[in-house]
Amino acid sequence: MPLTTIIALIPALPLLSFLILVFFGGQLSRKIAGWIGAGSVGVSALLTIFVGISFINSLPETKSYSVVIWQWLHAGNLTANIAFSLDSLSLVFIFVITFVGFLIHVYSIGFMAKDEGFTRFFAYMNLFVCSMLILVLADNLLLMYLGWEGVGLCSYLLIGFWYKEPANGAAARKAFIITRIGDAAMIIGIFILFLSFGTFNIQDIMLLASTKWAICSSLAVITAALLLGGALGKSAQLPLQTWLPDAMAGPSPVSALIHAATMVTAGVYLIARTNVLFSLAPIVQTIIAIIGALTLLIAGFSALAQHDLKRILAYSTISQIGYMFLALGIGAYSAAIFHFMVHAFFKALLFLAAGVVILVLNEEHDIFKMGGLRKKMPAVFWTFLIGSASLSALPLVTAGFYSKDAILWFAFSSNSGGIVLWLAGIVGAFLTALYSFRMIFITFFGEVKTEPTFSAGKLMTVPLIILAVLSVIGGFIELPTSMGNFHLFSNLVNNSLPEVAIKNVEHLEWVFQLISALIASTGIYLAYRFYFKKPAFIEAFNHSRLNHFFEKGFGFDKVYDVVFVKPIVWLAEIDKKDIFDQLNISISRLAIWGNHFLSIAQNGKLRWYLLSFAIGIAFILTLMLTK
Amino acid sequence: MLTVPVETQILFAGILFFLGLIGLLVRRNLVFMLMSIEIMFNSAGLVFIIAARHWDQPDGQVMFIFILAVTAVEVAIGLALILQVYHHFKTLDVDKINKLKD
Amino acid sequence: MDIFFYIAAAIAIISTIMAISGRNAIHSLLFLILSLLAISVVFYLLDAPFIAALEVIIYAGAIMVLFIFVTMMLNIGLEQKQEKQWLNPRMWIIPSILAAILLADLILALRNMPTAVAGTQLIQPKQVGISLFHTYLLAVEIAAILLMAGVIGAYHLGSQKKKVLHRFLEKK
Repeated sequence: MPLTTIIALIPALPLLSFLILVFFGGQLSRKIAGWIGAGSVGVSALLTIFVGISFINSLPETKSYSVVIWQWLHAGNLTANIAFSLDSLSLVFIFVITFVGFLIHVYSIGFMAKDEGFTRFFAYMNLFVCSMLILVLADNLLLMYLGWEGVGLCSYLLIGFWYKEPANGAAARKAFIITRIGDAAMIIGIFILFLSFGTFNIQDIMLLASTKWAICSSLAVITAALLLGGALGKSAQLPLQTWLPDAMAGPSPVSALIHAATMVTAGVYLIARTNVLFSLAPIVQTIIAIIGALTLLIAGFSALAQHDLKRILAYSTISQIGYMFLALGIGAYSAAIFHFMVHAFFKALLFLAAGVVILVLNEEHDIFKMGGLRKKMPAVFWTFLIGSASLSALPLVTAGFYSKDAILWFAFSSNSGGIVLWLAGIVGAFLTALYSFRMIFITFFGEVKTEPTFSAGKLMTVPLIILAVLSVIGGFIELPTSMGNFHLFSNLVNNSLPEVAIKNVEHLEWVFQLISALIASTGIYLAYRFYFKKPAFIEAFNHSRLNHFFEKGFGFDKVYDVVFVKPIVWLAEIDKKDIFDQLNISISRLAIWGNHFLSIAQNGKLRWYLLSFAIGIAFILTLMLTK
Repeated sequence: MLTVPVETQILFAGILFFLGLIGLLVRRNLVFMLMSIEIMFNSAGLVFIIAARHWDQPDGQVMFIFILAVTAVEVAIGLALILQVYHHFKTLDVDKINKLKD
Repeated sequence: MDIFFYIAAAIAIISTIMAISGRNAIHSLLFLILSLLAISVVFYLLDAPFIAALEVIIYAGAIMVLFIFVTMMLNIGLEQKQEKQWLNPRMWIIPSILAAILLADLILALRNMPTAVAGTQLIQPKQVGISLFHTYLLAVEIAAILLMAGVIGAYHLGSQKKKVLHRFLEKK
């Protein structure tokens, strides 16, 4: 089978599985439906590995494989095809999506076993995986936008999966509306690109842009800013980050797949894919870096004050994607993608483990009502510990150390970086260690406050173990210059992304690594002091106004509510009573009034009826006789 | 032989009929209403007899006999119904018996 | 002979008016019987002696007696005060107006009626009998069935069965 067909099969298999589950899911048994859902993604993962091996072994000339499946649109000047283009950037993404996706699907067979919407869940998840694969494989912007919208739709469907609870529906709508704002900016950017260059094909646009647009030209800046808007929405960065904590209303596998590993990284993919545009607009790149730095700090502080287990992880995701944006802003594309891959491993692990904890404790989300689970759930505890260690970038043994360290180093040493960005990153690393080990100490140590009701089966624990292993060894494919100089990953990725330009400070690298290792360890130690030993000052802080401010996510929700939501709702209320609505209302009011008026004539009173007889007779006879 | 003009005779029957109609519309007691209906039946029969004499045919008188039979049945059943209504509603006020409405 | 007609007509109209405007139920019914007797006299004057007799026997003798029985059973006559309450003069206006309109219509119709020659033959009861059982035999049979239906219906409708409600409909 030629390689191009295999590439086309990778998104097609989950789509096929989605269609089977939608049409025949009601008749299939749960076991078969679950394994069709998970199996399709698994086969896609195998195909990805096959394609990856052949890609790495014999790099094609254009550094990418292309396959055109069919012509989608052709209207005069506008052509768009269903065509996939696989280069090293897409390869990393589809590997993560299919592999982590497969593990999450297997986990879901166990997690959703008792849920009544089992088949519907797998149908939505498969549609999501297909849309995300189309997004990263698309070779033109219109197809990418199709995938973009598809993942937005599936996110909405899956956040509001337990639709009988109205709060879940509200959270799903919030996510959809806020990402819509970003999507609107993105489509305008795509329109401007089409108007300027007459094509949607990404490679062509990149080529034409680099030749036709000057650096800092207004069109480049505007287009880059609009595409950035789209990325901000999907990746939950400032100012569009408020939807992600509420999206934790969905089931834990959804949070793991969509809101940790894949959809929220679509923004990172977009910026990496259209990096030529961003290098033509350095001011936008600076804005990306600043937004990344600010987001990681704000989310870090917010995560410190949460008491819902999944919300801590949600803010942590926002913070880590802030790191990726920071890396993208300073031009360190390979570091950003590396961190994306490692983050997918440990964040999916953390969400899945959190899902097990919540399920076993009978839907208990509050960490202050948990405790002492270390002895009760050892497998979950150890995998959770490894995930948190990777998140906190524990030196040398975890993959997180290598990826986050690369970003911190480039934050200082790249040409557009500086000490300020590095400081933001290091404070963020400290906060990360602090809140992740706060989570561990409160949830797994101390006395047992809620008893686990059952022990998780193999379907749920084996994916945790696999992800834990990856969280440790996943970093060893990219070792920094001072520790082995093994650049397998960045060599692969730099086939399609520009290398980062660094200042001449390479000899200082080991200093910065030492500092980051020290900061991470300090964070873990302080977490131990504050949350395991529990000094009184933490108790006092927990009730302080500052803590409340952090917990509410720095008040963004409130500001948006007052500035945007309330005026729009007020306008909508007025519009409910506008002239066309009044016309419709008056028609129905007329009918109701007619009913009331005529009902008077049917009041059940006999003498009334007799009177109407008599009047009728008199009337008719008079008419007849006086004709 | 009666030489009263036919018009007068019919007018007399008509006056009786309309008196019955007034009685039907005015009274609230069910028994009185039934009584007024009797008056109306009777006046209708009177018209038949007048017509029988006018056209010299016995058919009018035969018709009156049938009207009599129908009236008898109607009164019997009507009164039985009034008894049931009284036992159900505890009143014979026709304005209070208005359950058959919207 | 004409004078008797007018006298009987006057008595009939006056007693009908008294019947429909009476407060006491028994008095109204007795006035009605008087009215029926007057009408019976009119029938006799209209060359229908057999019908006159039938009117007295069946109408005044059976139907009115039925009315009186029911009135006595339901004790309607005792509620004179209520009837007075219900029959204030204001109530009479509209029905009277309607009846006046209809009466005017009747007079109008009568005026437009072509005058025909009155018959001269007297109708004998024998003729009525032959017509009844010869030409209209079927109608007689149907009237008999109707009477039977009336008897059965009256029997069923008059019986007071104790109401047995379904246990779900019982008021607790």
